[in-house]
Amino acid sequence: MRTGALIVRICRQMSRDKRTLALLFVAPLLILTLMYYVFNGGEAGNPRLGAVNVDLQLAQLLEKANIDVVNVESAGDAADTIAEHDLDGILTNANGKLTLALENGDPSKAKALQMKIGQAAVARSLLAMNVPLTDAGEIGMETHYVYGSVDSTFFDVLSPILVGFFVFFFVFLISGIGLLRERTTGTLERLMSTPIRRREVLTGYLTGYGIFAVIQTVIVVLYAINVLDLTLAGSIWNVLLVNLLLALVALSLGILLSTFAASEFQMVQFIPIVVVPQVFFAGILPLDGMADWLQALGRIMPLYYAADALKGIMYRGEGFGGIFVDLLVLVGFAAIFITLNVLALKRYRK
Amino acid sequence: MDYAVQVDQVSKSYGHKAVLDNVSLQIREGQIYGLIGPSGAGKTTLVKMLVGMERADRGNVTVLNETMPNLELLQEIGYMAQSDALYAELTGEENLSFFAALFKLGKTERKRRIAYAADLVNLSGVLNKRVSAYSGGMKRRLSLAIALIQDPRILILDEPTVGIDPQLRLSIWSELQRLKEVEGKTIIVTTHVMDEAGRCDVLAMVRDGRILTSGTPQELMAHYGASNLEEVFLQAGGIQV
Repeated sequence: MRTGALIVRICRQMSRDKRTLALLFVAPLLILTLMYYVFNGGEAGNPRLGAVNVDLQLAQLLEKANIDVVNVESAGDAADTIAEHDLDGILTNANGKLTLALENGDPSKAKALQMKIGQAAVARSLLAMNVPLTDAGEIGMETHYVYGSVDSTFFDVLSPILVGFFVFFFVFLISGIGLLRERTTGTLERLMSTPIRRREVLTGYLTGYGIFAVIQTVIVVLYAINVLDLTLAGSIWNVLLVNLLLALVALSLGILLSTFAASEFQMVQFIPIVVVPQVFFAGILPLDGMADWLQALGRIMPLYYAADALKGIMYRGEGFGGIFVDLLVLVGFAAIFITLNVLALKRYRK
Repeated sequence: MDYAVQVDQVSKSYGHKAVLDNVSLQIREGQIYGLIGPSGAGKTTLVKMLVGMERADRGNVTVLNETMPNLELLQEIGYMAQSDALYAELTGEENLSFFAALFKLGKTERKRRIAYAADLVNLSGVLNKRVSAYSGGMKRRLSLAIALIQDPRILILDEPTVGIDPQLRLSIWSELQRLKEVEGKTIIVTTHVMDEAGRCDVLAMVRDGRILTSGTPQELMAHYGASNLEEVFLQAGGIQV
């Protein structure tokens, strides 16, 4: 009954704060949509390559690889020529020896161009040896994909992580600041001068804010899958389950950390310390290349497990068995934070 | 007559600073007991111990013959904190109803108590307004109404009439008097206002974490040879008048 009163009160308070509701329910959709277009946006224009003495066969192979070949007289000063013709690089053939000068304004684009040119050069040598090539100028080879398909993009791998991240971030922020306000206005202290038990208080807060976390999770997941048409290889129920557990972790962590903040500003200061590092270890950046100690650091972050499970379900199509361990760890995190919260509430009633 | 509250040789310090130093006092049931003293004297800490929000380093606090802190006993204690701890997004009625539910009042009982408490502090007409639209005095009155909501045997009011106009203050005090006489409630107030202090049955002067003196207002004035309580207050603080 007391817990129920607390839940009703939180729902009333939240429903009167339209801006916070908008932040909770609309902001994640906006950002997700933006990310979707950023990563799936229109094709970039073809790179422009200046060619000096390049034979026709190689030039054709380069064109097939979506490179615009521009014939130039001579390389001269590479930097000047590149600037003059607005090129991304100059390929010079001097007696069969190829030299490539790259503009390198964007290293990743320059690397991609270098690779394509290398492949074209190899293809030309193969042609000279009468090895059959596909229309695209590649060596004939059938390709199969264990996960995803030929159309898979980076966003397909990224989006499960983003969905989890939004749930974590917004629930953390709103529950943390919500409870902090209770601390600073004295209402939490006032609450503790009634016969309510500490675990009733915590259950009330977790359920009250939890309701909003559930709504947010459902909105974000349904939007991502139905409107943005994200890959969902596995079950949507498992996606919801992981996100709900993650929301519970975020809730209990937000409430716990609000104990250590004296103002809303100090609560926001936890974002670069608690939230941002988790993004690095959630799998947006490849973990395999990290130093061992860094990888170990990732293991203490809830988002690492949630992202692993979400990627498992949405991209790799794993079932409940595949995400079981991740779920177990998330439950563990929530249990630890909730226990610490019960202890932290002792401050208000000795 | 029984003691409603007994404080026995209680000491409390935060770090090295002693806030309460060997404080003892007894409050009889059905008394209005006033704690007066300058800011920082330790009144609020003492009051918080009675509600179980602080624990004494040494000594005992007994309320209605039970040692505090005691969760069940909070049902019998109505507490009004120094700062208005109200939910600004909610209406006055929702605030009252929330606390009524925390004290597990039934539905009809809840309605009856809300109507009674709101009427007592003259808020009946604005119960449907959000607290964020209330004036300082209205918030104070709502806090008082919340302290009364579960019909407790003991009322602990930390500076209850700050920001309340004289007319309403008078009506609140006459209601406190009635609660004491008709319903036999024990009321503990901290205050700076001397004419309020004069209405208490027993007064205790608190200073630097100690009780300097206590007794009826008349006894205190006689003791200090003062003509009013203000002089008593100043003299007890070591200031020559």
